[in-house]
Amino acid sequence: MGKIVLMQGNEACVEGAIAAGMRLYAGYPITPSTEIAELSSIRLPQVGGKFIQMEDEIASIACCIGGSVAGVKSMTATSGPGFSLKQENLGYACLAEIPLVLVDVQRTGPSTGMPTSPSQGDVMMTRWGTHGDHPMIVLSPSSVRETYDLAIRAFNLSEKYRTPVILLMDEIIGHLREGVELPDPEDIEIVNRPTVEFPEVKRKPYHMKKGQMVPAMAPFGKGQRYNITGLIHDESGFPTNSNEEAEKLIWRLMHKISDNYEKIVRVERVGMEDAEVVIFCYGGTMRAAITAMQEARAKGIRCGIFRPITIWPFAEKELAEAVKGKKKIVVAEHNYGQLLYEVERIVRGECPVSFVGKYNGTVITPAEILAKVEEEL
Amino acid sequence: MSVNIGDVKPRPDQRQMSSLIYKYMRPEHLPQIWCPGCGNGIIMRDVVQAIDNLGLRRSNTVIVSGIGCSSRAAGYMDFNTIHTTHGRAIAFATGIKLANPELEVIVIAGDGDISAIGGNHLIHAARRNIGLTVVVMNNNIYGMTGGQYSPTTPTGEFGTTAPYGNLDRSFDIAGLAYGAGASYAARGSAYHVQQTIQLIQDGIRNRGFSIIDVASVCPTYYGRKNKKGDAVEMMKWQRDNSVTVQQAAKMTPEELKGKLVIGLLHHIQYPEFTFKYTELIRQLAEEREENE
Repeated sequence: MGKIVLMQGNEACVEGAIAAGMRLYAGYPITPSTEIAELSSIRLPQVGGKFIQMEDEIASIACCIGGSVAGVKSMTATSGPGFSLKQENLGYACLAEIPLVLVDVQRTGPSTGMPTSPSQGDVMMTRWGTHGDHPMIVLSPSSVRETYDLAIRAFNLSEKYRTPVILLMDEIIGHLREGVELPDPEDIEIVNRPTVEFPEVKRKPYHMKKGQMVPAMAPFGKGQRYNITGLIHDESGFPTNSNEEAEKLIWRLMHKISDNYEKIVRVERVGMEDAEVVIFCYGGTMRAAITAMQEARAKGIRCGIFRPITIWPFAEKELAEAVKGKKKIVVAEHNYGQLLYEVERIVRGECPVSFVGKYNGTVITPAEILAKVEEEL
Repeated sequence: MSVNIGDVKPRPDQRQMSSLIYKYMRPEHLPQIWCPGCGNGIIMRDVVQAIDNLGLRRSNTVIVSGIGCSSRAAGYMDFNTIHTTHGRAIAFATGIKLANPELEVIVIAGDGDISAIGGNHLIHAARRNIGLTVVVMNNNIYGMTGGQYSPTTPTGEFGTTAPYGNLDRSFDIAGLAYGAGASYAARGSAYHVQQTIQLIQDGIRNRGFSIIDVASVCPTYYGRKNKKGDAVEMMKWQRDNSVTVQQAAKMTPEELKGKLVIGLLHHIQYPEFTFKYTELIRQLAEEREENE
């Protein structure tokens, strides 16, 4: 292990991304994600990469798609209002299967909202923000070190499945400073997009062998010439109006993620072995949940925490397992109730579901979670 | 309908075009979808001829398009091609050029695409002087959606959303890019084929941001809505109403009304963006070595 450094979540995001191979960052300034752009502008040219401040949020993600198409791992970071603007090209990257990482450091919304205040109000937008049916991989860190690790994992998953991956942070983690011990570079697993002698079938960039779900990708300028489009296309990469081809494509896009659920979904369980009450939380909310759990246990309440690290796909199987025979599950999130509905859908009366939400720009305190844990026990 | 061009032997007078088709086009995706008389096919051919004249390698050349009639050009051309989202072609192209400055990146766009929804990207890419060549198929209308007025529809003219005449003033796209900092700006027309090829060629050769605003013709919507006659009439209009930049310099604003000024409007030498960035990377590496 390397030396211990004091670092902010936003900084860890940049260092993790560079360790993963990011060599292009395109962004637009927005609080509370700006440090990611600032540090990228310093660090990237030092490692032979490039930083560009684009004219707007739309151009930033478009630039990342271009960079990725030309073979360079690319990232953009934003916050709520900017995330709204990025939805158009996020959908493009899903459909054309272009790997990239999009970081959303959530702040209180809607609209301009409270730019410097924490929130987790974008969690459903990460899943359903861009139009049409599409898959989405979303990861949410709850510490500075985990931000580093998940930035790497976001790139790896994005490359492996040729899909955009969202690193869903919140202001709490983005601006949190902690001492972190970073891994040695040789201990970091790096995944690169599938490339083969390309394309196996001339002029068919989306051609795959039977059973293969992710087509190989060659960067523009290397290998055969081919076409990329945001229209529904067949394996030739050209637009088609065929209903069968449309169904085939959307089905495959969904299944290349859902068929790999086990490989993508990660959760953290704390004190779950003997727990009778479960706290469900993610991202920065975990910090208050840990203290609440400790205080509950000091009072003799057997309390545990279930935290999805992968937000989407949703950890349905793990959660269903976790709530079996429990007295209660307390959902804590910094919004009016969003993943709450996913939890209710999975719990299905297995135990009562209660909710602690905050949407006024302040953080949920351990006492507020503890009060819900203790309620009607 | 599809025609297998491979089965058709070119007539002697078609040889030059046919050789371009075989060399640079994707015959399996032809004929193109543009309406009879549309000027876009001529402009696409101009681009291909300019590429041929310059001897650009196909595998090293990227064609980026947005959305609209013009955007379909990318799919017909046998290069690395990417058909992006509406207005965003330049932003995608910026990423491609940054990732690999060795690539020759050409953007083909329409007037609405590049100057309305994509206007912000146009002016900022021009300001950066990033090495892209933008060819605008400017037909003064939104064709793909059925003839709505665009930012280049002249005041008082008609579109399906300007039933009483367009109240807006129209954009001069080349002038806009020039004002924003493009190092090369020119205007051509579908009628002036040889000159337009030369302008595109020079634009590609320019190391920096180049724009060639080419007047297309849209007999189906713009022509019909504004009683401009058929495609031939519209081409004749271009022939009879074009003045060169040199001629225009001697004309009064009154005399220039309704005229199409064609030729090279602006060309300066200014360092290209990715070149400057590559220099920065080199400098930082040198400084690091010195410190070690």
